[in-house]
Amino acid sequence: MRRLIYLLIGVLFGIVLVKSEAASWFRIYEMFQFKSFHMYGMIGSAVGLGIIVTYVIKRFNIKSFFGSEIIIAPKDKGFTRYIVGGSIFGLGWALAGACPGPMFALAGAGFFPILLVIAASIFGTYIYGLLKDK
Amino acid sequence: MEMIDVIKEPWPWYVSGPLITLVMTLLLFMEKGFGMSSNLRTLCAICGAGGKVEFFKFDWRKQQWNLIVIVGVVIGGFIGTQLLANDLSVNVDESVIVELNKLGLTDAGKAYMPEKLFSIEACKSWKIILILVIGGFLVGFGTRYAGGCTSGHAISGLSNLQIPSLIAVIGFFVGGLIMTHLLFPLIF
Repeated sequence: MRRLIYLLIGVLFGIVLVKSEAASWFRIYEMFQFKSFHMYGMIGSAVGLGIIVTYVIKRFNIKSFFGSEIIIAPKDKGFTRYIVGGSIFGLGWALAGACPGPMFALAGAGFFPILLVIAASIFGTYIYGLLKDK
Repeated sequence: MEMIDVIKEPWPWYVSGPLITLVMTLLLFMEKGFGMSSNLRTLCAICGAGGKVEFFKFDWRKQQWNLIVIVGVVIGGFIGTQLLANDLSVNVDESVIVELNKLGLTDAGKAYMPEKLFSIEACKSWKIILILVIGGFLVGFGTRYAGGCTSGHAISGLSNLQIPSLIAVIGFFVGGLIMTHLLFPLIF
């Protein structure tokens, strides 16, 4: 049952990614050129509403579907890894025009060269893991 | 217009944005965090990377739920483009079309993805393959280094008012601006 719910949440997310055009290479380019409000409106409204949802859950101690406390883990403190890692990610996001969610939506949409991007991103993650403790 | 015709149009930001929040909220109520790039690490672990590298030595079965989400995303990508759309062309700003034409991407405004990069024909060129592979590599490497991607940092992290996520998102833009403004003219 839980698995079906995860699958349906994913289906909803995938549909939203392609229908919002957030998975379009062109929209990402346009966003980095500051030529349209579209992506900013989308991310902005998602975050604005997300801040309210997150606040309400914490403030009123709202329970999960299974009756437990909802724990939202804070991110580890730091600066360098976020700015450097983030910039590396940004270079790739703009070049491939896709981040990890949209990549998979594009595979489903039938843009098969994206499979190269996915394979390379898995490899990139592997290389990060390899270098992390060195 | 019938409801289905409305759905088949591209969705405006004020519909899409709140739906992204809904996805995050549903996952929170399932006691899970919204973060797609973790799946890349899980896929490494499934491929046996844990045998050699400590970073991938974890019980990936606990991440199965997220892999199911990503399978759903693939299905959603199919449904969204094949069943819920008539016309996939992305109506980008006129100035963007002009700029991209200069770079040789002539289908801006007429397609969902540039044919020069995302057609089977394109993959016959080593240069294009290199662009896709380097792009993917940077995404995979950078997202793990930064501890998250657009969903984990830009949506969940900022929603939880996390300073590290704000720094990461600033990084996303530093990288993205360098790529599109400084490097694209050299690459294309």
